Amino acid sequence: MSHSAPAMGKRPSTLRGATLPKWSPWAIAAGAVVLAVVIGLVGGLDSKVQWGLIAGILFVLGTYGIAARVEGRRQAKDRVATSLVWVCFLIAVVPLASLIWTTVKRGVKVFDIYFLTHSMGVVADSEPGGGIYHAIIGTLEQVGLATLIAAPIGVLTAVYLVEYGRGKLSTAITFFVDVMTGIPSIVAGLFILSLMLILDLEPFGFAGSLALAILMMPVVVRSTEEMLKLVPNELREASLALGVPKWRTILKVVLPTSIGGITTGVMLAVARITGETAPVLLLVWGTNFINTNPFSGAQASLPLYIYQQYANSAGSNAAYDRAWAAALALIAFVMILNMVARGIARWKAPKTGR
Amino acid sequence: MAKRIDVSGLTAYYGSHKAIEDISMTVEPRSVTAFIGPSGCGKSTFLRTLNRMHEVTPGGRVEGKVLLDDEDLYGHGIDPVAVRRTIGMVFQRPNPFPTMSIFDNVAAGLRLNGSYKKSELNDVVEKSLKGANLWNEVKDRLNKPGSGLSGGQQQRLCIARAIAVEPQVLLMDEPCSALDPISTLAIEDLIGELKERFTIVIVTHNMQQAARVSDRTAFFNLSAVGQPGRLIEIDDTERIFSNPSVQATEDYISGRFG
Repeated sequence: MSHSAPAMGKRPSTLRGATLPKWSPWAIAAGAVVLAVVIGLVGGLDSKVQWGLIAGILFVLGTYGIAARVEGRRQAKDRVATSLVWVCFLIAVVPLASLIWTTVKRGVKVFDIYFLTHSMGVVADSEPGGGIYHAIIGTLEQVGLATLIAAPIGVLTAVYLVEYGRGKLSTAITFFVDVMTGIPSIVAGLFILSLMLILDLEPFGFAGSLALAILMMPVVVRSTEEMLKLVPNELREASLALGVPKWRTILKVVLPTSIGGITTGVMLAVARITGETAPVLLLVWGTNFINTNPFSGAQASLPLYIYQQYANSAGSNAAYDRAWAAALALIAFVMILNMVARGIARWKAPKTGR
Repeated sequence: MAKRIDVSGLTAYYGSHKAIEDISMTVEPRSVTAFIGPSGCGKSTFLRTLNRMHEVTPGGRVEGKVLLDDEDLYGHGIDPVAVRRTIGMVFQRPNPFPTMSIFDNVAAGLRLNGSYKKSELNDVVEKSLKGANLWNEVKDRLNKPGSGLSGGQQQRLCIARAIAVEPQVLLMDEPCSALDPISTLAIEDLIGELKERFTIVIVTHNMQQAARVSDRTAFFNLSAVGQPGRLIEIDDTERIFSNPSVQATEDYISGRFG
């Protein structure tokens, strides 16, 4: 191969080859975009999505072609892998950014203190005004109660599976946790609904919490399990060898070491169930009035509020705006939860500093 | 308060795999006993049976007797937790608790066992760190995380942690294998001091180390891969390294092994 390598300086080096300049990926990307626009205009393609996809394909193909010609096949494959990662990243990020942008743009219209502190009690769906106070209360209470139920059970289950579980029982639990992960939220709702019908109960907030807890539990178990498995066995042995009983070892060494990850997992599970609509629709019903008691009477909740504002809007812009603003509030709430989770994970992470 | 260990007919299993077979020996109090032998011959397993850490491994079980001053550690009604408080252990890789400060690491044994007086805690920590020759290096940063120390310091921290609970026997599983020669020397000096107070058993792959620190040496071997490890001989260190009674020991020590 060495005789085919381009001469660099006086002696041809087998270790050195031609390399594309640093800016070449950008140049190729720009070229791909320009070409895609031309193809789109000439071919009469209206959709910008099609333009984007064509640009992506051209970028990957162009990278391979140019790199294979200049640098060789192995380097070309390397560059194609890199560019594929970039294209996939963009495909994932563009819809997300567009979603957030749209929500913020449409949501800020009526999003203010008044909106956050008033209910829909005296406002017809078609009129402007009103707010999401009752829905925020409902969401906080339902999700809070669901977390109170699911987080301890989930964490303890994971502790059992990792620290004690041997044999058939733990295999069975792992299997059922897997099955539970796949339960559609509406099914969890129907399960609680059937209980409610048997007991002849009216819809109330706590019923929603129970369904949400069912959805949350397997997520907590799974993430906590992974975090506990990350705790090195040497730490457990170090503690046991000091004559510390196993339960105390788990409580004082294993859990503190992994508490950051466990909290993150719980927070992400909370974020996941905060957006659940189906079980809340079945079990809590929704209301336009403030109901602070989750154990009696219908309650509202943010996702339900969004759905109902949209469904009952009957073409009124006021209701649409409220739905978008509530969606913004929901996204902000979940985002804040995620940030808090990250903060806790960083704060509680085992310290390595000197 | 050092104690004598008498092992008789000890066999240990991992599930159905027999790791060591029919080991009998006596470990004298206030002395250092070194275990040497090729990898996989069951030195560490045997060491772990001495403070009932072997059964912590899933599938681990033990047959035979380990007498600590006439009390069988595997007898009926013996609490493994109490055994481990009496017989401390230092591991191959330094493993300070990452969530705890240097002070808390040393105090961990007392705190986690819940049996301490607050006023004594400072004294115990200082005494243990001094005992582990670490006090001067860390006295100004007791509240910093233990994982920020160097490897050798971490290992001495682990030794301080182990001696803080005042065990009667100290088991060391290749305590210097992850350390540089200077830290190794520090730990070897420490072992020499500690044997005034404790019975020490040390597993090592380093023949010179065994010769330097130990009073008695036990040589373990296995007849073939997959076969259980056995005790070949145990004798005064000087004899083992100058004039062992078994040919295999001499072969191993002189490097003519296998």
